[in-house]
Amino acid sequence: MSSPLPKILFIGYGNPGRLDDGLGPALAARIDALSLKGMTVEADYQLGIENAFDVSQHDVVIFADAAVSGKAPFFFQEIHPQSPLSLGSHSVSPGAVLFFAERLFQSRARAYVLGIRGYEFNGYDERLSERAGKNLEEAFQFVKKLVQSGNMDPAAETAELSRKTETLKETIP
Amino acid sequence: MAKTKVIEIEPVTRVEGHGKVSIHLDDHNNVREARLHIVEFRGFERFIRGRPYWEVPVIVQRLCGICPASHQLAASKAMDVIVGAKKLTPTADKIRRLMNYGQIMQSHVLHFFHLCSPDLLFGFDADPEIRNVFGIIKKMPDLAVQGVMMRKYGQEIIRATSGKKIHGTGSVPGGVNKNLSVEERDSFLKDIGQMKKWALGALSLARNYTLEHMDTVQEFAAFNSSHLSLVREDGALDLYHGNLRAIDAGGNIIFDQVDYKKFNDYIMEEVRSWSYNKFPFIKSRGHIDGWYRVGPLSRMNTVGFIDTPEAQKALEEFKGLTKGKPNHMSLAYHWARMIEVLHCVEKIEELLHDPDLQGTDLLVKGDRAEEGIGVVEAPRGTLFHHYRVNEDDQVTYCNLIVSSTSNNEAMNRAVTKVAHDHISGKPKITEAMLNHVEVAVRAYDPCLSCATHALGQMPLVIEMYDLHGSLLQRKGKGV
Repeated sequence: MSSPLPKILFIGYGNPGRLDDGLGPALAARIDALSLKGMTVEADYQLGIENAFDVSQHDVVIFADAAVSGKAPFFFQEIHPQSPLSLGSHSVSPGAVLFFAERLFQSRARAYVLGIRGYEFNGYDERLSERAGKNLEEAFQFVKKLVQSGNMDPAAETAELSRKTETLKETIP
Repeated sequence: MAKTKVIEIEPVTRVEGHGKVSIHLDDHNNVREARLHIVEFRGFERFIRGRPYWEVPVIVQRLCGICPASHQLAASKAMDVIVGAKKLTPTADKIRRLMNYGQIMQSHVLHFFHLCSPDLLFGFDADPEIRNVFGIIKKMPDLAVQGVMMRKYGQEIIRATSGKKIHGTGSVPGGVNKNLSVEERDSFLKDIGQMKKWALGALSLARNYTLEHMDTVQEFAAFNSSHLSLVREDGALDLYHGNLRAIDAGGNIIFDQVDYKKFNDYIMEEVRSWSYNKFPFIKSRGHIDGWYRVGPLSRMNTVGFIDTPEAQKALEEFKGLTKGKPNHMSLAYHWARMIEVLHCVEKIEELLHDPDLQGTDLLVKGDRAEEGIGVVEAPRGTLFHHYRVNEDDQVTYCNLIVSSTSNNEAMNRAVTKVAHDHISGKPKITEAMLNHVEVAVRAYDPCLSCATHALGQMPLVIEMYDLHGSLLQRKGKGV
C-alpha cells in the first residue's frame, strides 16, 4: 500500500512591481497553473507571521524568493526553524516562519528555500530581466519534476542541479 | 562652547525604506536636539506619470506590502471621480468597505499582539532577552496564536474582496469587479464569533494597561496637538468614506465636514532639508502651529460616536478618561487601535449578513473628469491620493499624503520629548533608555516605506558615536 501524498505548500514571495524581486510570485503563478495534486500555492509580497499557520497545515513547504546574490540559476536547500532577532511588521524570514509554526502550532513540516537568482531590483517595473527569466524557467522545471516525482528528498536532484548551474555559468557573461 | 555627540537610531533595510532617529547630546548628556529622518527617496509620484488611469489602483499597491489594500482603495476612489462614478452601487460600496475593515483589522492586530505587546506586558525597561515576541510566545502563547489567527482572518477578507493577495484587482475605477460568494461569506461567518471574542480580549488588555499605568501613559510622549480624520456626515467614525474634520488641542473645531476633494484648500505640505518625508500642516494655522496628528488616537478624538455597540461602549470609556476633551497621550494609540479592531469585527459581521455583498451590479460610470482625489482612513491614519489625467487617459500628476507623513511632526516631537525625559543628563545611556525612544515611535506604528513611497521594512539599529565619528554603542533590532 503506497503512502499518502505529502501535503505541499509552495509560497512564492516578492514584489512583482520591483523587477526581478517578482521572481517568487512569478514562479508561484507558473506552479499554480499546473494544478498539482496535493499542492497549495500562495503568492505574497513578503512572508508574515500568519504564514506560520499555513505551514502547520502542510507536510512540506517550499519558500521561493528572488536571490540578490549567489548561485545561478537557483539554489535549493533544506532549512530549519530559526529564532529571529526580532519581529518586524514588513517581513519575516522563512526560518522565522518555521519557528513560529513550530512554537505556536506544533508544526513538523519539512521546509526548503528556493532562491532564484535575480539581477535587477532597483526600479519600478513589472518585468523580469532576461537572465532572471531564464533562471525562472530552470527553477520551474526543477520544482515541477521534484513535485511530480513524489519524492521531496532533493538529494536526487542535486547532481542535476549542479550540472545546470555550471552550464548556465558558461552561457551567461 | 559645549561639545555635542550624536546617538543614531538607524533602520537598516534589506533593499528599501530607510529612516533614522538622531539624538544630539552635549558633554553632560543633555539632549540638544532629536529628529526622525527619512533618508531615502523613491520618487513613486514621478514614476506613475504617463501610466493609464485604470492601472493606478493596481500600481499603487507596489508602494507598500503592508497596506496595499488602503492604497488600492484611495486610488480607486480618486479614479471613481475620473470615470464620473458619483455614487457606487451598494454592492461595490460594501465590498470596498469590507476590504478596508479587513485591512485595518489585520494591520492593527499585528502591531498590538506582536510588536508593541512585549513593551506593554513586560515593561519598557525589561530585559531585552524577554521583551520581545518570543517572550510573549513563552509566557502567553494563546495571545500570540490569537494575533496570528486574527491577522490571517483580516488578510483572507482582503484576498476575497481584492481577488488575490498580490496586485489585487477587486477595486476598480467605478466600483468593483467581483462580489463575495456565498461560500466565501459562510467561511468568514464561521469564525466571526471567535474574532469578536478575541477582539474584546485585546481591547481589555490595552484598556487595562492604560488605566493601570496612568502615571506613565499621561506623561510618556504626551503633548498637545490638533487631530484630523474623516468623519461621517453625522459625526460617526467612518473608516472608508466621509468628510474631513480637524480639531485643535482643546477639542475646538478647526474645520468640519470639508469635502476631501478640496483638501488642498485646507492642508499644505512643507519640505525640510533634513528629511525626504514632508511635513503637512493646516493652512489656516500656519506651518509652525498647523501640524496635526492622524490615526487611531486622532479618530477617537475627532468622532462623535461609533455606530457599532461594543466599540461605542469602549469609546465612551476612552473619552471619559479625558472628560470628553482630546486625548493627547501617544501611548493611548494602543487602546484606540483595539477599539478600532473591535469596530472592524463588528462591521465585518454586519456586512456579512448583508445580501448586497452577493449583488451583481458592480460598476457605474458617468462624465469623464480630468482630476480625481480619493481619501480613506488607513490603519495609520488619513490617506490622500490626488491625480490628474489627460485626454489620452494618462496620469499627468500624482501627489500622495500618507498617514506616516501626516504624523511626521508628531513623531519628531515624541522622540524629542522622550529623549529629554529619559536620556537627558543621564551619565550612562542604557539599552532601556533607547528602547523608550523606540516605544514612542512604535506607538504611531509608522510605515517608513509608505512615507518614502517605497516597499521595505523598518528594523532598527541604534548607534552612538563620539564627536570624531567613532562608534561607541550599537543596538540592533531586526537586522
